[in-house]
Amino acid sequence: MNIPRKRLGAVVSVLAISLIGAACSSSSTTTAGTTAGTTAAGNTTTSAAAGMDYSKLDGKIVGSGATFPKSFYDEAIANLAGIAPKLTVEYGGGGSGKGRSDLQEQVVDFAGTDGVVKPEDIAKFKGGDFVYVPTVIAPITLSYNLPSVKTLQLSPATIAGIYQLKITKWNDAAIAADNPGVTLPATTIVAARRADGSGTTDNFTKFLKASVGTDAGGTWALGSGSTVEWPAGTQAGDGNTGVAQIVSTTEGAIGYVDLSDAKANKLSFAAIKNKAGKFVMPTLEATSAAAEGATIKDDLTFFLGWADGDASYPIAAQTWIIAYTKQADPVKAANIRGFLTYLLNEGQTLAPTIDYAPLPETLRMKAIANIAKIGG
Amino acid sequence: MALALDDLKSKNQTADRAFRGATLAGGATIVIILGLIAWTIADKSRLAFKTEGLSFFTEPRWAPAANVYGALSFIYGTAVTATIAVLLAVPVSLGIALFTTQVAPSWLKRPIVAMTDLVAVVPSVVFGLWGIIFLAPKLTPVFKRVSGWFHGVPVLGRIFGPASSGRTFMTAGLILAIMITPIIASISREVMETCPLTDRDGALALGATRWEMIKGAVLTHSAGGIVGSVMLGLGRAMGETIAAALVIGSSAAITANVFSPGDSLPSVIAFEWGEATSDVKRSALIAMGLTLFVMTLIVNFVATAVVNRSMKRMRGES
Repeated sequence: MNIPRKRLGAVVSVLAISLIGAACSSSSTTTAGTTAGTTAAGNTTTSAAAGMDYSKLDGKIVGSGATFPKSFYDEAIANLAGIAPKLTVEYGGGGSGKGRSDLQEQVVDFAGTDGVVKPEDIAKFKGGDFVYVPTVIAPITLSYNLPSVKTLQLSPATIAGIYQLKITKWNDAAIAADNPGVTLPATTIVAARRADGSGTTDNFTKFLKASVGTDAGGTWALGSGSTVEWPAGTQAGDGNTGVAQIVSTTEGAIGYVDLSDAKANKLSFAAIKNKAGKFVMPTLEATSAAAEGATIKDDLTFFLGWADGDASYPIAAQTWIIAYTKQADPVKAANIRGFLTYLLNEGQTLAPTIDYAPLPETLRMKAIANIAKIGG
Repeated sequence: MALALDDLKSKNQTADRAFRGATLAGGATIVIILGLIAWTIADKSRLAFKTEGLSFFTEPRWAPAANVYGALSFIYGTAVTATIAVLLAVPVSLGIALFTTQVAPSWLKRPIVAMTDLVAVVPSVVFGLWGIIFLAPKLTPVFKRVSGWFHGVPVLGRIFGPASSGRTFMTAGLILAIMITPIIASISREVMETCPLTDRDGALALGATRWEMIKGAVLTHSAGGIVGSVMLGLGRAMGETIAAALVIGSSAAITANVFSPGDSLPSVIAFEWGEATSDVKRSALIAMGLTLFVMTLIVNFVATAVVNRSMKRMRGES
């Protein structure tokens, strides 16, 4: 008789704790939502969303694709839930390739992609025409583990040499030439790269191809793509976290890691020489500057790497959400527009708090114009 | 009475029919699912075979950027890591099985059996993470030392070649060995336990030592079952994805050096699928799945054949 009563007590206390927990978390979400709302309201002059009433949005939209912007989308979705309680947005990740094939087969309402759909693949999209909506950008750092070196500068040719294992020691003449006055140790360089197919690898290798590769008549021989034929002496880690883990645990290691993971692992990162010949640190401002220097095509596709401009950081990732212009369900179309409108207004003020850079104003306005084409 | 009996009979028949239907449905489901899987992957890999032809199996390069899709390095990596795993796991597993059935006192037997089975339920990603965070860094100096010992030795010097990191064929083989040990150990143990007591007592009564008894009675009796368990372990090692993927080093390489980073079929599929943006690449990855499927099927067929033959022989003998 005693035992069940004890158990009941335990159940009640567990219930109570979880209720308190739920109450706490729900109240914190509301606060965050309101904060984002007020910040955005302060920016009403630049906000094209003036008059957008998110609380009217009702239903569920599903997307999948690029993992690079996933933490930004997750954060935005969590905050949007506070002001659009009837709207459910799910973003599944899985990689740009998965997102594109999902949208192609119409199993999702929108897809995230870090790259542009190839011309020969456009016809395979069963839902017809689609639009690119750029959402956010972020720098890719070259993080390194050299306790004795506080600041490091690298030029694209040096990076290409390191990743092709032509430069194997930290005190190599090429690195020394990039870093006048810095004492470099004789440590062996461990070049860390991605084990999995990745948009980060794609952007990193595209940067090398544009700066020192075949396009520039230089010494980058590995081409570009989400997977390239790395020399066997490089070390592979799974995901940004995997590469960050190699860098943080191996003295002498260098790896390309996105800014938020580099910061989370407290890694040091190098300043990279840009097209204008200036060494620039991977900051959000320098990335937005690169977006201003980049050539934006009419369909809003662009490549941020190796952009013009004195202040531009040369290695960056860009990402788009793609969705069909023709939408069978007007409610769903409104929901997709609502989510994207949030990303490009309130979301842009949210981005820097989690180490993503907002789009420059001109590009943002163009992106908002593209949203109107969905279901319109 | 007669009516009641008839009633009973007809009821029984209904139940019988229902039972037959239910079991048939159960049996058919597995055949249908297997058929659908085989059909889908065969169909989806057609594009890769059409564009790559037989060079899919003979091309060591995997370069999506250059439109070169070869699976040879990964087939090689799968074979090498599975071989290392089996070579390391078999002696340990048989040791465990013999110890628990023949040597250990019963108070020690039970916890050892329980712990062996516990290793089998550890999720493979946990093995992978343990491998990458703990084992790989610890193994790097060990690999370097071992490769130093064999430096210059004719064949061994190439097998235990220079090591630069802890993510290698050997690391993956080690992790896989740990993962398949409980499979081989527990099946072997069960087979050994079926060895008739009369055989064992007879051997001992004839003056055999314990080892002679084990060699003459237990091992001869259970040879088929042991081979079967090893084959099952081999199949598991070949198909293991995430644990191998995390520690193998992800580098398309065909080399005798077990301390070199490499790659295996399942880990390439897992790591490349998300960013497989072109149709040919996607198809090539599915074709690798098909290759792996066929490889494990062959291993399983061989295992079944070996077990059946030895069982027949045993029945004939006794």
